[in-house]
Amino acid sequence: MRRAVRAEWLKTWSDPGTPWLLGALLAASAAVSAVTIAASRCPAAGCGQDPARISLAGVYLAQAVAALAGVAAIGGEYGTGMIRVSLAAVPRRTRLLAAKALVLAGPVLAASAAAAGASTAAGLLVLPGRGFTPGHGFDLLSGGMWRAAGCAALYLTLVALLGLGVTAAVRDPAAAAGTVLGLLYLFPVAAGLAGPALQRRLEQAGPMTAGLDSLATAGQGGLPLTPWQGLGVAALWAAAALLGGGAVLRWRDA
Amino acid sequence: MIAAEWVKFRTVRGWVLAAAAAAVAVAVLGLAGGGAQGSCAGSSCAPLLGQGGEPVSDSFYFVHQALTGNGAVTVRVGPLASTVTQRRQGAHRVPVPWAKAGIIIKASLQGGAAYAAVMVTGGHGVRLQDDFTGDIAGPAMTAGWLRLARAGDTAWTRVGAVTLPGLPATVQGGLFVTSPQYTQVALGVAQISGDPSQSTAAFSHVALGWPAGRWTGTDVGAAGPASGPATGYTTEGGTFTVTGSGDIAPVTDGPSGPGVTLAQTLGGVFVALFILAVVGAVFITAEYRRGLIRVTLAACPRRGRVLAAKACVIGLVAFAAGLAGTAVAVPLGQRVLRSRGVYLPPVTALTEARVIAGTAVALAACAVLAVAVGVIARRGAAAVAVVTALIVAPYVLAVPVPVLPLGAADWLMRVTPAAAFAVEQTVTRYPQVDDVYAPAYGYFPLAPWAGLAVLLAWAAAALTVAYVLLARRDA
Repeated sequence: MRRAVRAEWLKTWSDPGTPWLLGALLAASAAVSAVTIAASRCPAAGCGQDPARISLAGVYLAQAVAALAGVAAIGGEYGTGMIRVSLAAVPRRTRLLAAKALVLAGPVLAASAAAAGASTAAGLLVLPGRGFTPGHGFDLLSGGMWRAAGCAALYLTLVALLGLGVTAAVRDPAAAAGTVLGLLYLFPVAAGLAGPALQRRLEQAGPMTAGLDSLATAGQGGLPLTPWQGLGVAALWAAAALLGGGAVLRWRDA
Repeated sequence: MIAAEWVKFRTVRGWVLAAAAAAVAVAVLGLAGGGAQGSCAGSSCAPLLGQGGEPVSDSFYFVHQALTGNGAVTVRVGPLASTVTQRRQGAHRVPVPWAKAGIIIKASLQGGAAYAAVMVTGGHGVRLQDDFTGDIAGPAMTAGWLRLARAGDTAWTRVGAVTLPGLPATVQGGLFVTSPQYTQVALGVAQISGDPSQSTAAFSHVALGWPAGRWTGTDVGAAGPASGPATGYTTEGGTFTVTGSGDIAPVTDGPSGPGVTLAQTLGGVFVALFILAVVGAVFITAEYRRGLIRVTLAACPRRGRVLAAKACVIGLVAFAAGLAGTAVAVPLGQRVLRSRGVYLPPVTALTEARVIAGTAVALAACAVLAVAVGVIARRGAAAVAVVTALIVAPYVLAVPVPVLPLGAADWLMRVTPAAAFAVEQTVTRYPQVDDVYAPAYGYFPLAPWAGLAVLLAWAAAALTVAYVLLARRDA
């Protein structure tokens, strides 16, 4: 297993696209978070806004990059036929997928943590000057913000693993990217179109809507899921995708 | 060239099915009407209509008497004091910029009847308003002398003159106070809380240029005795203290609006957009993946033509699929919504045609943009992700999942290709009404055609870059 991980690590970092992808994840997160933080105001007490969600708004875009990193981790090999060489080198196919998942999760988690940490720090610096003060009912230093940042980093890693699993199952990188991004973005749209009862169910079931409930530090009573439940739903999606991808990889010719 | 590209498209079953699925998604989701349910059956919930047929709200506290012929009312009105009663915080004073106190003459006490009013407001100075949509700004003061005269009066700081066609000889005139819904916007517009506010103003030195009668107090347009804050008036030594709640203004389609907009029938457009963007990107990146691009370029060495042909084919396919979907969804979806008792503000046939055709053009432009991004990126997954990040993500964040603050959402809908969704806009923004004018409620920062132009500019720019790269790079 250790040798499989080393081989995957070497493959990942000799691909010139990898640093670009991780850089794009940071850039996407920083750009959206910066715009959102700059546009936020809390004019009066009880303005009902959530400083953590404002600071971490970049996650909504960064998840597309994270999904792409997951797709690229195995999709490129299907495109070039490299997958057959990889499987000849590591004939235990589930082990290959596990190695890929590990090598993908580490750097993505590091980049996501950096992105979420930077966004949260920016929020902590800027938002108190915009009315998010203890007088208006906000205690930014109580640790909730950093908990949310941790959840954001974990969520982005889970999205990358979801991308890896779906690509292992679908095998065509473009179709896989379409499927993963559709899973992420179409659930909230479908929920918005459904009636109120069904809407809550769909929001509890969708990987993005559930997973991003974990960013909330205010107004949690109205949310469909608690933070850890939300992250759990996202983890279930990632696990299901990896299991499905592993099964397809194992029982089908590459 | 176009024929060759069309054959390529037609012979891949997945692409044809995807394009058909896009059209079906628009039509079916449109007919589902977005799952909106009306709160009332039949036509009983149709809102009050103003003089121009637009939905209006017309509720205020009115201290009035019948006035016949020409004349004037003069009064000194004090500053407004507004409060809002909220569940958590109880009654507390808030600024309500569009709370109004002043003099009004109105054709009758019926809601929606013609009127002219001069007033001081909570935060917008003196105003002369008439028939709900007319609004003329006067001096920026919050208290002072007001005079409203029927037929000509020039001795004062003149705010303006308005004409009320068909006003009967005897009108109801007097003092009024009204105070609109107090709305708070939380993160994005995902959480909005609104509570009725009430405002109080003192009127002194009431001078009536008509033969004086008895003043009567009426809560015009109140839904019921228990429906809102306490209203009423007291007199003491010639000073009237009037408390009112409500608004005399056109109804906007924000969170407190009476129904849904035409865009509610276009929920499926988003699904179609996603499908067509993926098909557009894969239409070119599949050639790179299989090496077919080398055959294509050998058959047609003029690379610009290859790109143009691909863009034409995918654009026309997307336009046809979009048009087929919207042409079903918009007219029939409206019927379904109305049959469920949902109120839709009336739109002209021209607006409807613009929404139908404009949405199809937007889908076509998105597909062309996807082809151009596919040429630039050459990798299917990357092209799909870039197109999603450019169009889908901004739209999701601003419209169906409004998590962004309003300023950021407006900004996104100005500069990203998602601005094209402004073509679905059918609602009017009134500066004299405070509301949550957010993309999530159909209020886009750009005019419909300007929004579409933003997307077309993106598509043109991407095609130019794609052309340069395609011509310079080895395939």
